[in-house]
Amino acid sequence: MDTLDLSRLQFAVVTIYHYFFVPMSIALAALTAGLQTAWRRTGKQHYRDLTMLVGKLLMATFAVGIVTGLVQEFQFGLSWSEFARFYGDVFGPTLAIEGMLAFFLEATFLGLWFFGWDRLGPRLHLATIWIVAVGTVISAFVILAANSFMQNPVAYGIDPETGRARLENFGDLLLNPVNLAAFPHTIAGAAMTGGALLLTIGAWRAWRSPGAQAHRDHTSWRLLARLGAWVSLIAGMAVAITGDLLGKVMTQVQPMKMAAAEALYATESGAPFSIFALGGADGGEPFFSLDIPYLLSILATGDPTATVQGIDELQAQYVDLYGPGNYIPWVPVAYWSFRLMIGTGMLVAAIAALVLWRTRKMRPLQGSDRLGRVLLASLPVLPLLPLAANTFGWIFTETARQPWLAFGLFFTRDGVSPGLTEAEVLASLLGFGLLYGILAVIWTRLVLHLARLDLSPDPEAPAAADPDRATSAPSY
Amino acid sequence: MDLATVWFALIVLCWVLFFVLEGFDFGVGMLAPILGRGSGQRGAAVRTIGPVWDGNEVWLVAAIGVTFAAFPDWYAALLSGMYLPFVLILLTLAVRGIALEFRGKKDDGGWRRRCDLALASSSLAAAALFGAVFGAFSAGLPLGTGGEIAATGGALGRSLAGLGSPAALVGAVTGVLLAALLGATYLSLRTTGPVRTRARALAPVLAGLLLVPLGLAVLSGQLPVAGAAAAIGALALIALLARAGREALAFAATALMVAALTVTILVADFPVLLASTLDPAWSVTVSGAAASPMALRTISIAGIVVLPGVIAYQVFAYWVFRKRVASEPVPT
Repeated sequence: MDTLDLSRLQFAVVTIYHYFFVPMSIALAALTAGLQTAWRRTGKQHYRDLTMLVGKLLMATFAVGIVTGLVQEFQFGLSWSEFARFYGDVFGPTLAIEGMLAFFLEATFLGLWFFGWDRLGPRLHLATIWIVAVGTVISAFVILAANSFMQNPVAYGIDPETGRARLENFGDLLLNPVNLAAFPHTIAGAAMTGGALLLTIGAWRAWRSPGAQAHRDHTSWRLLARLGAWVSLIAGMAVAITGDLLGKVMTQVQPMKMAAAEALYATESGAPFSIFALGGADGGEPFFSLDIPYLLSILATGDPTATVQGIDELQAQYVDLYGPGNYIPWVPVAYWSFRLMIGTGMLVAAIAALVLWRTRKMRPLQGSDRLGRVLLASLPVLPLLPLAANTFGWIFTETARQPWLAFGLFFTRDGVSPGLTEAEVLASLLGFGLLYGILAVIWTRLVLHLARLDLSPDPEAPAAADPDRATSAPSY
Repeated sequence: MDLATVWFALIVLCWVLFFVLEGFDFGVGMLAPILGRGSGQRGAAVRTIGPVWDGNEVWLVAAIGVTFAAFPDWYAALLSGMYLPFVLILLTLAVRGIALEFRGKKDDGGWRRRCDLALASSSLAAAALFGAVFGAFSAGLPLGTGGEIAATGGALGRSLAGLGSPAALVGAVTGVLLAALLGATYLSLRTTGPVRTRARALAPVLAGLLLVPLGLAVLSGQLPVAGAAAAIGALALIALLARAGREALAFAATALMVAALTVTILVADFPVLLASTLDPAWSVTVSGAAASPMALRTISIAGIVVLPGVIAYQVFAYWVFRKRVASEPVPT
């Protein structure tokens, strides 16, 4: 691989990894705030216990998000300096404002929340976690505006002297139609990620671990499982609705991406949606395919008979528009990542719905039937499914934009730092890979450790034997 | 002053706040295992920075983000030119953040010892790397026409070579010692009992050790004699204040010294932001690297609204955690 390919691989690795922790932080911050509010309103101990647990999960996740997020901010200068020069005028303000406003809010107020239990009044303390939750959402909106510019450049002009993009209107940059659809889609995906994690921990402790049903924390764990399930289910519906909106916007601004998602080579009216196909993604005839008639036309435009442009026609159009070149993304990756994104997301929502149904009216999750066993067995992989859905979503949206870095404006191959050497990128890729691998192991073990702890102190145990439990403040 | 110059000043302010604030928490990280005997004392030392370190680190996010917004060419040349040093900084900061944030999440002595060790070594490495990078870039980089260091045969040396220069080595030693001095004066201000006593005793020693890199900087011509005299005066004052038990003043004087050094390094070549050692015409300058007036206006509006708020709530956070941190008795 050359410097360009290595740099692209590195960008993919560090960005995908960072994005395991971001959606979890967004969701856990809001859930912690919600649980603490519920506790303040009702005074019920369950809510307090769960606030502490979810808050600790948030702290651990947020820390990984911060250190991997720092890499994100630097890497446009490290590996993509030509792109930074070209597009710094537009991208820089979003990054600066996100850093100054949202990141500061989150970092400072999360510290105040975690260490401030006995130093702040109850209302002020509750306010700090809400500020964190709001901060994460503002962060997401501003930073998605930067990505939306790459999908659909708006609010810029080209400087006649330097040939670089120049910001013309920050409000328009934020209100990019792609951002208005991608932002709710991303937030819904984040909610599903946090919901699935809580669902798994709660369900495991309420129904799966030894002596679970008789445990003094059983009610709290059950509450956590059902809360996680509701969040996952509602988020799943929101993901589907917002995804449909985003697909329609994307069909207008990047028809090539949506054609690649369907591996639709020839332009078609009343186009069917392919559920899956074997072979054919490279342009040949598939030897097996399962289609739903007219659905693609409906998804793309809302009209069952509408014409959907195919890859071949778009390629010819782009050659006329942008000059000779290959404007077709990697179609099999686009086709399969799109399907895997939808499939894993729908699976999470389905599992959440089944858990809610089976545990209604205080019933236990397991039973003697096969479904109960399958549901219990699915718990360990459940938190990974939304992570997979998020990852496939980003792989789809980023690779199917290629060869463009900023669509129609700037090629990926022109963005890489000109002086960079292969050896340098290999060394950094190795460093990030190794460290991130270790981090993943530590984070996972820590989450498992937190999930194994009891929520409430054992009434049988001698009081205050453990200094960490003696105070209301979490230990450090 | 035009907007670009104002933003240059604000970037300098971000770096000053970063080096002062994160400087003391680098120092606390390094010194916690030395000044804290036993897990109770070590825990107290680390708890002095627990609630504030990530807020401190965000000044780095601000410095880099604002540089990207206000001077895209500076951001691009600095980071791609110092590629591997900055990658190393990112890796050490990652280890540090995780060690700090995860040490209290498990009630297990071995876990905490490992976290403290990781925290100490990564804090030391981060302070040395920041010192080296600032030393190296104040001496200038071999930038070519496009604002990039040319490749030299595909080796790692392209961006690492700068770290071997005398300026970088002096910078690394200075970075470590100054962070340690900030950490010692901060710990004596924020703790009680033996940690406080030991930190107070260590501060004058560290001030004395700083004379070594100072002398080297004068000998290698990086520092004019007048600057050295001022620095010696400041160090003597810090040592005296620390010995006299004026903890707040000793910390404030150290912070001022770090601030003055940061400002000096960053504005020495103004309006040159990043000097090219090959040809002055290829240097990155304020006017050459500035973003468009619209981008500058956008971040200015955000800055006017946001920065005072940020500073206010950071001050509030420090106020909430103003109480000294006592060492916990070790549970038996």
